[in-house]
Amino acid sequence: MNGILSYGTYVPRGRLDRSQIKEVARTGGGKGTRSVASFDEDTTTMGVQAARRALSGLETSTLPSALWFATADPTYLDKTNATAIHAALGLDPRVQAADFGGAVRSGIAAFSAAVHTDRTTLVVAADMRTGLPGSAEESFGGDAAAALIFGSGPVIAELIGEASATAEFTDRWRAPGDPTSKYWEERFGETQYIPMAQVAWSEALESAGISTEEIDHVVVTGPHARAARGFVTRATLADRIIDDLADSVGWTGAASPGLLLSRALEAASADQVIAVVSMADGVDIMVFRTTDALPEFRSSAPGLAELGATASLSYGTYLAWRGMLPVQPPNRPEPARVSAAASARNRSRKFTFGGRSDVHGRITTFTIDRLVYSPSPPVIFAVVDFEDGSRTAVELTDVDEDDVGIGDIVEMTFRRLSTADGIHNYFWKARPLQ
Amino acid sequence: MSSNGIKGQVAIVGMSCTRFGERFEVGLDELLQEACTEVCESAGVDLADIDAFWFGTAQSAMSGIGLARAIGVGDKPITRLENFCATGSEALRNAAYAVASGAYDVAMAIGGEKVKDGGYQGLNAAPIPGDGTERSLTAAAMYSMLAPAYAEKYGVDLGEMKRVLARIASKNHANGALNPKAQFRKEMSVEKLCAMPNVAGMLSIFDCAGVADGAAAAIVVRAEDASKYTDHPLYIDALSFVAGDGSGLLDPAYDYTTFPEIVRCAADAYAQAGITDPRHELALAEVHDCFTPTELVLMEDLGFAERGTAWKEIQAGSFDRDGDLPVNPDGGLKSFGHPVGASGLRMHYEVWLQLRGEAGERQVDRSRGKALVHNLGGYPGEMVSFVSILRAG
Repeated sequence: MNGILSYGTYVPRGRLDRSQIKEVARTGGGKGTRSVASFDEDTTTMGVQAARRALSGLETSTLPSALWFATADPTYLDKTNATAIHAALGLDPRVQAADFGGAVRSGIAAFSAAVHTDRTTLVVAADMRTGLPGSAEESFGGDAAAALIFGSGPVIAELIGEASATAEFTDRWRAPGDPTSKYWEERFGETQYIPMAQVAWSEALESAGISTEEIDHVVVTGPHARAARGFVTRATLADRIIDDLADSVGWTGAASPGLLLSRALEAASADQVIAVVSMADGVDIMVFRTTDALPEFRSSAPGLAELGATASLSYGTYLAWRGMLPVQPPNRPEPARVSAAASARNRSRKFTFGGRSDVHGRITTFTIDRLVYSPSPPVIFAVVDFEDGSRTAVELTDVDEDDVGIGDIVEMTFRRLSTADGIHNYFWKARPLQ
Repeated sequence: MSSNGIKGQVAIVGMSCTRFGERFEVGLDELLQEACTEVCESAGVDLADIDAFWFGTAQSAMSGIGLARAIGVGDKPITRLENFCATGSEALRNAAYAVASGAYDVAMAIGGEKVKDGGYQGLNAAPIPGDGTERSLTAAAMYSMLAPAYAEKYGVDLGEMKRVLARIASKNHANGALNPKAQFRKEMSVEKLCAMPNVAGMLSIFDCAGVADGAAAAIVVRAEDASKYTDHPLYIDALSFVAGDGSGLLDPAYDYTTFPEIVRCAADAYAQAGITDPRHELALAEVHDCFTPTELVLMEDLGFAERGTAWKEIQAGSFDRDGDLPVNPDGGLKSFGHPVGASGLRMHYEVWLQLRGEAGERQVDRSRGKALVHNLGGYPGEMVSFVSILRAG
């Protein structure tokens, strides 16, 4: 059985203050903020960012031999999304990349499957939670990605117990392509989830051979917030709960178990027990015990689960970025469809930035283009001189036009430049060094 | 760079230029017909007397058939060519070599572009299938990077820089106001230009060439035959062309205050023509003012001003119509707009008028008897450059 070798998270910079929602939609909203993926991000690009962090904590001798990507918001159907992540990470062609697609539960299911293989497996889970303006899922949801690497060797946590329960019931549903899920009235789901979770919890503790008192940290997550809270109360776990980030990031769907488990690994000491309880279309519980390797791992690869810089976002921008408030673009031709053949031929340049994606650069000069087509004008473009002596002119992202300056240090980030004829054009942009 | 040139071997014996502008009422065919008819009248020949054609259009037509069908010529060699925004000049260069070689006696260079049928702002190149990693900025944004780079290198305050750029636009608008073929014929004051909002870096729309339809043409023959057509031919003393390899975009030493392709191209042209002091040997220059900072940098790259001094010379009026070296006395791309296939030939058309004393209100002192045409395509760091030197017969 595999243990956890490394972890990494990615939460996009944008934060929507939920109080803005009601001013526009006349309903919905609430307190706190939610995270918002930028207009040039999707679950694939966020997955790349989280995986880059997780891989940075890994010894090169233990590189993964499989990459699994789980999301409830896949960028492509039919075509595998994990292959773009594989390409952006520059992984060996022999590394299998495959999707666990469609449902929130696929995130924790991929972790569980990876534990039970005997090969080093990088599991990436990402999600973008959307809902109609004013809906609960709009304000309750958040966008994020998490990556965990499972394998043998110097593991920082090992699985000591697990349990699952499955039941078919319809607490929420969404047709492919719809921007929002629909929900059954809340009480029904609560009556389904809580008894199942209580049974699974007992079974998980039994399989780990421990009692509730021996749990040091617990992650509880699921689409049904009220059911999750109800379980925590009944199992008397409130004093050990890892902050679910509901007030700052929101519930991040398929990414949530990985995001919160990573936060728990950041908080735990050696030889502590962390339980992850996911209540989505059933219940999945994984119980880990951290090892002596954890503190040293954290000091050699610090901040892998840090939330990073934030920037507040207007509700109008949020709606525009999610396509719910289409904005007039500049009167310029939209980008043409990217050539599949040219993209494959130039895979190294396009997907790994020629192997330079981790190199930092300095802005030599820049300009702001208010004329060119962009899904979110204006385009900020910079000539960047990199530490390795090379120069490239690149688009900037995650920066406001008033905050750019010559001499600023930038890092590269994998983004979706445009979409034409349903083909997404992935490439790298630069952003201020985090 | 080695080139033998064809100094004095070829003469332009006729030229034409349509009115440039929003020619919604005509298509490319009519523009080409107009340019073709007028150039034949100018040289006193019939269409049947033309042995071969070089037809420049960037993206308004494909192949020689685009011209053949428009002017009703079905039995002649017609080459269609494209070389970015230097397409029109490239037609002239190739036609000149064709007569110089003896392959043909009379050749026509003609260029035209129907930009306004596109329906978008600015110039937009037809997409070539690619991997999606190509830079996708507008030309305005690419050239806008010159202004702060130049200002920083030579210690010019950015407010002052804005006025220098406005001074270039104001000069070209003043010249264009006197030109019946220009698209924009209104004078614009420096103050008014400085108040325009920025659209790309520190450039406003008025720092950019306009968007226009148009066509222009020239007829070339070997120099010894010129007198059969006109008493006042223009002799071609130099034709130079450089296509850069795009390395400026990747070269950390490139500082966005010069165009190395143009420096090389100009040096070759001056060598071909035997010019050592362009500032004082030329009566005028027509240069590629696609954006105001382009003209600023060109003054130094073409050797009209010392490095770091063009901004002062511009403000002193050195390149005004009555200045030491008039630059763009016809109003330039600023006043004409930029129908890509036609612009290079439109520049030569102004030289044709000026050196023959036919420029009317815009006439400059032509006693120096020589002129330069500079036409470029591409972007800072990734550029093609054309320079010709012409001499009054």
